[in-house]
Amino acid sequence: MRTIRFLLQKEFRQIFRNKTLLRAILFAPLMQLMLLPWAANYEVKNIALAVVDNDHSIESQRLISKIYSSGYFILKAFPADYSHAYNLIEEDKADIILEIPSHFERNLVRDGKQKLYIAANAINGTKALVGTNYLGGIIAEYNSTVRMVWLEPGKMNPQPTVEIVSSNWYNPLMNYKIFMVPGILVLLVTMVGSMMCAMNIVKEKEIGTIEQINVTPISKIHFILGKLIPFWILGMIVFTMGLILARVVYGIIPLGNILLVYTFLSVYLIAILGLGLLISTYSSTQQQAMSVSFFFIMIFNLLSGLFTPIESMPGWAQVIASLNPVTYFIEVMRMVVLKGSSFHNISHHLGVILIFALIFNAWAILNYRKTS
Amino acid sequence: MVTVENLTKSYSEGKVKAITNLTFRVNEGEVFGMIGPDGAGKTTLFRILTTLLLPDSGNAQVAGFDIQKQYKNIRESVGYMPGKFSLYQDLTVEENLSFFATVFGTTIEQNYALIKDIYSQIEPFRKRKAGQLSGGMKQKLALSCALIHRPKVLFLDEPTTGVDAVSRKEFWEMLRRLKSQGITILVSTPYMDEASLCDRIALIQNGSILSINTPQAVTSAFGEKLFGIKSEMMYTLQQDLRSSSVVKSCNAFGEFYHLTLKDTSDDASSALLRSLKEKGHQSLEFEEITPKIEDCFIKLMSEGSN
Repeated sequence: MRTIRFLLQKEFRQIFRNKTLLRAILFAPLMQLMLLPWAANYEVKNIALAVVDNDHSIESQRLISKIYSSGYFILKAFPADYSHAYNLIEEDKADIILEIPSHFERNLVRDGKQKLYIAANAINGTKALVGTNYLGGIIAEYNSTVRMVWLEPGKMNPQPTVEIVSSNWYNPLMNYKIFMVPGILVLLVTMVGSMMCAMNIVKEKEIGTIEQINVTPISKIHFILGKLIPFWILGMIVFTMGLILARVVYGIIPLGNILLVYTFLSVYLIAILGLGLLISTYSSTQQQAMSVSFFFIMIFNLLSGLFTPIESMPGWAQVIASLNPVTYFIEVMRMVVLKGSSFHNISHHLGVILIFALIFNAWAILNYRKTS
Repeated sequence: MVTVENLTKSYSEGKVKAITNLTFRVNEGEVFGMIGPDGAGKTTLFRILTTLLLPDSGNAQVAGFDIQKQYKNIRESVGYMPGKFSLYQDLTVEENLSFFATVFGTTIEQNYALIKDIYSQIEPFRKRKAGQLSGGMKQKLALSCALIHRPKVLFLDEPTTGVDAVSRKEFWEMLRRLKSQGITILVSTPYMDEASLCDRIALIQNGSILSINTPQAVTSAFGEKLFGIKSEMMYTLQQDLRSSSVVKSCNAFGEFYHLTLKDTSDDASSALLRSLKEKGHQSLEFEEITPKIEDCFIKLMSEGSN
């Protein structure tokens, strides 16, 4: 116990003396938390639309103005024909082409049906997908208005129509920030935990101070605890600061019990620090440790369900995501903060993280050698 | 105090032999020098004896403890000062010292008497970060940290490499005083002139011991007459000496060449001098000298390679 106390004292002295590192640990994540959620947004606005109107009728005008008034689209151009419109896409001036065929109004009135053509530039997949969805929705709405107006009442039975009304539970306004902030906070804590912990231990190897420690009676467990505890505390502090920031800047107040989040965090940090420790046992320079942890952090970030839903990933990626501790914490954060889930709902996640913590730390301790 | 038996260690799966079959003893209270050039295996040996490295075969006891079975006891009873400064550069002098004291379950005050001579010299800078100390002060701090738990055996790996001549002299004086406190000291050095300051030395080359004895015994075991020679044209002198049939060996030492001759009679040496003068060498100086450790080392080395 006494040894641990002195190891901690030494560790904190070193951390607090390294002002650049301290700023990197404490303030960089908060800066990122202030910036990233504003940029990480799926809502697509300002989609450049090129309309090829071959009809120039009242109905085609009505459709176009309906699209415009939705607010999602900018009517970029009215090219004369499809090939002109296609040029606009090639020059990246338009995202979506809407082609209205000639005699649109006449055929619509006469035959009661007509076809529209939508072409989207899918280089930016999200924009193309979301844009065509919006456009499809607006056209469907237009479609139903047309029916209402033109169908002679009484001549036929009223058309049975199914109207879809959706409401966004747990995030009624579909505010992406509410969705992203808890996730980004998880990523930042993960980075502080794994990378800083790995680098710190490897630094001792690189400078050679570990040699001096290894010839002392300090046991391997004491040394490892002396490294893990400071970063566990720092992780807690960074997370708390992040939560306060989320409340002040984004107005996110956790619906569920905050103690639940902290319970999970305390186990999660042990798992992540164990990973950092593991990386450090395989690296002999800070550069190596940095490269290896960067590799893991990239995978953790992109395969965690933060940006893209795990359900839409291919099977192999879902397997990786299920082996990714970040996935579980992001889910827990969203469940507890947005949905107000209780312990019962997250107990599975907690169990998985506990297993991660045991595996990473046991592996690291077995691989850590005082003698080579 | 230290017993080494058939110790062998190789790196890269046996391709690089660091030390081969080392066997020696260090007595209690001795200053024992491992003398050898870079790459001789000195650091490997020290790392094995301080339980940082496992040997491939052979065994060793330090302070009565087996290096493999009782490594924990060894870590409590030895002090190790690696060749590279490896204290915390971002902690102050005092913090480093008290950290290592507490790690060993002691305090600075408890063993102050032991380190007083050394530590008092850097005490005025105790609030300075270790990284900002000069080379000589770093070395004193490292020695203080290695001594703070009053070890029975002290391992010093090339403590004087890269240290100026005055500090080197001071350092050896400190070692003599530590010896008088009953601490057994193993010190490695590439400097042959420091060998004479040890009680006993082991000359080590390519992982093998060439000779173990007191410095005096090593030099007196040289076994033949040694001459020093110099002239105004040193380079041609060397060529002429090496081509001469009476010269057995010729090595450069400072401004002299050290010679051993096949025939050491006065007649033979004056004949050699005559022939050199005929070859145009001016102001020749030639005299018999007493061999030093370095002469012995080179002789043992060339005998080993033949």
